[in-house]
Amino acid sequence: MSTLDDQAKEVSEDVADRVVETPTQKEGNQVDGSGGFIILFFFIGLIASLILGWIIYPKLLYSQKKQPIDFNHAIHMDLVDDGCESCHFFREDGSYSGVPKLAQCIDCHEEVQGETENEAVFVQEYVQKQKEVPWLVYSRQPDCVFFSHVVHVKTAQIDCTQCHGHIGESTNLKIYEENRITGYSRDIWGKNMSGYKKNSWDRMKMDDCAECHAKEKGMESSVQTKKDACFVCHK
Amino acid sequence: MKQEKAKKYGMVIDLDKCTGCGSCMVACMAENNVPFREDESDKLLSIAWMRVYKLTNGKPFPDTDICYLPRPCMHCEGHHGHSPCVSVCPATATDYSEETGIVSQIYTRCFGCRYCMAACPYHVRLFNWWDPVWPDGMEKSLSPNVSVRMRGVVEKCSFCFHRYQLTMDKAHMEGRRELEEDEYQTACTQACPAGAITFGDLNNPKHTVYRMVKPDHKQGGKPKNPKAFRLLERLGTNPKVYYLTSREWVRSMDDNYLKNESK
Ligand code: HEC
Ligand code: HEC
Ligand code: HEC
Ligand code: HEC
Ligand code: HEC
Repeated sequence: MSTLDDQAKEVSEDVADRVVETPTQKEGNQVDGSGGFIILFFFIGLIASLILGWIIYPKLLYSQKKQPIDFNHAIHMDLVDDGCESCHFFREDGSYSGVPKLAQCIDCHEEVQGETENEAVFVQEYVQKQKEVPWLVYSRQPDCVFFSHVVHVKTAQIDCTQCHGHIGESTNLKIYEENRITGYSRDIWGKNMSGYKKNSWDRMKMDDCAECHAKEKGMESSVQTKKDACFVCHK
Repeated sequence: MKQEKAKKYGMVIDLDKCTGCGSCMVACMAENNVPFREDESDKLLSIAWMRVYKLTNGKPFPDTDICYLPRPCMHCEGHHGHSPCVSVCPATATDYSEETGIVSQIYTRCFGCRYCMAACPYHVRLFNWWDPVWPDGMEKSLSPNVSVRMRGVVEKCSFCFHRYQLTMDKAHMEGRRELEEDEYQTACTQACPAGAITFGDLNNPKHTVYRMVKPDHKQGGKPKNPKAFRLLERLGTNPKVYYLTSREWVRSMDDNYLKNESK
């Protein structure tokens, strides 16, 4: 053992000697000549990876999908009697109807109402064939999340816009962006890569729910986190 | 913001009523999307949140007696919510809620180290060795209220917590925050044809579970009813599942006693 160790030490000393030698030999020409280049290349590399990480990667990560039918909230809000509740209503057991079923459209759309191509397609492809529209839900949370509209809308009186933005007043549906890896909607993690949030509806990650809960709900039921217990929002 | 008192949901199982029929196990599997295998005979690899054990007094024929013991998760409170599994989890995947007294398991957070399984003295935690495989068409009958699990995570009984969430929705719809006793009941409780399982809030003197066992909350929830016991009481896990029996030999099996030690 000891001989091996000694050998090893000799060798490493050998190497050390040689390493120390090199810079003294080349000192003069190296520092002056390529110092600027090293800094330049460093910055080119940095900028390239920033562009890759901040601009190209998000483009690659999300695939863009169009909604099957472009729905115009603004037109319909003038036509219905009950406001948002005509289409997005609560059932008696407190569950939320969510995205409307064809049954809520059929009363008016048995026949084509306006002149738009969009509506003609809707009536032909879905109403007449009695086929449900496969809407893409921007706010869809992962399977393990339990979200309840009734507690937020009825009990806590929170406005739809606080979480959904101005979809209710919009004239068309935006492009749906799906994360290619997780299959989740981009609205969960938000558009802004730096994590900066301008509006309360820019994203709806776990921390965004928790942030409002800490402010508005105030319940420290979890032994682990001293915030809401996991079994408030998870199932 | 919330004013109501903290709950402590618990279960009382009357062993003198249990016939060992297994309805609770079946109801639980169906309710909670519990995966199963083609060959369920190896109990170390198969998963059942509720499992019925068979106990015998070991005596020959005329004196033979059998007792069936259904075993869900005990939802141990330990000391201040530090149940054995919660305190060892390195991922914060399992948690104790002071609001309901329920020990949760978040499957997406769990990375499958199985430390909790080693820590649990009741073997209620089970590991998914494979991704669940549902027979053709069965995935359509899975419940959307319970998230399905994947390979490599631990799962266990949740006291059907999703039923609590759904009844709370109904309560909010009707403008109240308090649930009636019969509104939130677990699947096994409702499935038991003998009525051996009772479920409710152990903090609420009006609830049947409270009246059945009379938990002494100053003594870590020890039952004041002499017919009631909890499994491995002396470990101090402070479980929320109580058993009732009038049979002495069954009660003497509630803990690991030495030969010459009396209860
Ligand atoms: C005539 C029926 C109708 C009415 C009235 C209506 N909506 Fe909608 N809403 C729809 C349809 C159809 C969609 C499309 C589904 C989608 O985006 O996936 C939708 C989608 C939404 C979404 C997006 C859900 C998501 O995450 O994908 C929000 C938010 C929404 N509506 C809010 C409102 C609000 C707020 C009002 C009242 C101001 C309202 N809606 C009134 C039919 C209606
Ligand atoms: C109260 C009656 C009513 C209900 C309910 C209703 N619509 Fe309409 N919808 C109309 C009328 C009227 C128009 C024509 C407006 C126009 O073109 O001026 C219209 C137009 C449309 C258009 C074309 C709008 C455009 O500008 O591209 C679409 C698509 C549409 N509706 C889909 C739906 C869907 C989907 C539902 C069910 C969630 C629904 N509607 C429910 C009355 C209704
Ligand atoms: C506290 C935040 C919050 C508020 C307030 C809120 N929502 Fe939502 N909404 C969500 C979340 C989160 C989801 C996704 C739920 C899920 O995937 O389980 C959602 C989903 C939806 C969906 C699609 C649901 C589905 O399953 O089809 C519609 C439609 C919708 N919300 C409409 C509304 C309307 C209309 C209002 C106002 C009356 C409203 N929301 C208020 C957070 C909120
Ligand atoms: C804008 C604020 C806000 C946001 C954002 C929000 N919540 Fe809430 N939530 C509340 C308030 C306030 C309450 C309590 C209402 C009450 O009981 O008075 C609540 C209650 C709840 C409850 C019911 C708890 C119980 O014990 O009955 C659940 C479940 C819940 N929130 C889930 C979520 C989830 C999941 C999200 C994110 C997707 C979310 N919330 C986002 C404000 C918010
Ligand atoms: C206030 C509500 C809330 C509470 C409390 C909460 N979560 Fe979440 N959690 C969410 C929401 C909403 C998501 C989905 C959005 C996201 O990925 O951030 C989520 C996502 C997750 C995910 C990722 C799941 C996936 O499929 O991407 C894990 C893991 C998780 N939560 C674990 C926990 C654990 C462990 C606790 C308890 C310590 C907890 N959560 C408490 C709301 C909550």
